Formats: sequence, structure tokens, C-alpha cells
Amino acid sequence: MTIRVQQKDFDVGAELDALSAGNTNVGGVTSFTGLVRDIVGSSQSRGGAMTLEHYPGMTEKMLVEIDAEAQSRWPLEASLIIHRYGRLEPGDRIVLVAAASAHRAAAFEACEFLIDWLKTKAPFWKLEETADGEADWVEARDSDDRAAQRWNSNG
Amino acid sequence: MKILYFAWLRQRIGVGEEVIKAPEGVTDVRTLVEWLRQRGPKYTEALADIEAFRVAVNQEFGDMDTVLEGDEEIAFFPPMTGG
Repeated sequence: MTIRVQQKDFDVGAELDALSAGNTNVGGVTSFTGLVRDIVGSSQSRGGAMTLEHYPGMTEKMLVEIDAEAQSRWPLEASLIIHRYGRLEPGDRIVLVAAASAHRAAAFEACEFLIDWLKTKAPFWKLEETADGEADWVEARDSDDRAAQRWNSNG
Repeated sequence: MKILYFAWLRQRIGVGEEVIKAPEGVTDVRTLVEWLRQRGPKYTEALADIEAFRVAVNQEFGDMDTVLEGDEEIAFFPPMTGG
């Protein structure tokens, strides 16, 4: 498992290559890359940049726990979580999660699980800049809670 | 104890981190929140609605009933919006 919380960007191709490098047990790698959109909040207005704040220490601890949970549920050869913080522009990468396994089903499911749990359990907060120069804290979405909870009954 | 505030709680209270010595009556998160609210209007407003924020004690999720000994790191923050 690899977990990184960083300000700088990452190279998706290089990260995915590294995930399976030297391990010929890996039959499939799935990944999710989250990007900054330029649609803000419920008003659907065009927005600008956003700033991601997190809780250093607890963030890494929660990501390790989420990763360990994925490892216990699926036979993974490797897993990866990279999450950025700081100020990001529309189109910038925010997060990359990836799972490598012998077969695709485990890799697909684990990847979805990682991002679903991360969204509701890792202490990150988004501050969105709006077109009128204001900034609003993004509110948590019920749909994200439901996405995370569906893994409880499947567990 | 060390107290951390994140996102809009930090903005409304005006401080991200503070070290305090809580009085004897503070034995859990609930009594800590009640005591913090009395420290000024910014605290009263930011901590008014216990449904609006989450708490972590020593970097583990807690709730209003989590017991405090006095040397913990306690964090208050809104529901998470990462990913």
C-alpha cells in the first residue's frame, strides 16, 4: 500500500506503472482520478479555484485505516491513495486511488470502496471560490454518505 | 488539552489551535463544548449546533459522550468533503 498526502501534482501513468512494477501476480489495475470542476455548489454557477484543507496526522491515519479495510475485504496485490491539499484550479487533479489484483472484480470493487470511504471518513474540507470573489465551504452530500454506507451491508 | 478547529469552525472562532486547561467539571466532549461556548460570542456561535460539526479525540472520531482525561488532542470540524 502507498498513501501520500501532498501539495504537488502527481503523474497518473507513472503512479499506476509503479503499482504493479515487478509483481506479475497483478492481472488488473483500476484507478479513480478526482478533478476540480468549475461548477460551484447548488447554484451551478461557474466557479474558480478551491482550497483543500486537511487535518495533518489524522488524515494519514484515516487513509491507512481505509486502505487496511480494503486489503481485508479484497485480495489486493497493491493499493494506492494520493490526495492533494492547498489551492487547486479547475481541471487540476485532487485525488488518485488505485487497486491492483489478480482479477478485475476485486480491483474494481476495491477502487470504488476506497474513494467512497475516503470521501466521508478522511478529514479534508473544500473551500470554493465563487465568481463574485467570495469563498464558501462545500457542504457534505447525503449521496456521498449513502455511497459509503452501502459498503457496510455488503461487508 | 490541545484543541484544533478546522474549516468554518476555525474561521468563525478565529484560531486554528489552542492549548487550554479545562476546569474540573469538563469530563467529556459535551461538557467541554458547554465550557467553550461560555468563552465568548465567537465560540457560542461556532459551537451552537452540535449536529453541524464532528469531533475527533486523539485523531479518532468521537461523540458528545467521549470521555476526556485532560491531556487529549481534540478537534472540531464540519462533515468531511474530500475526494
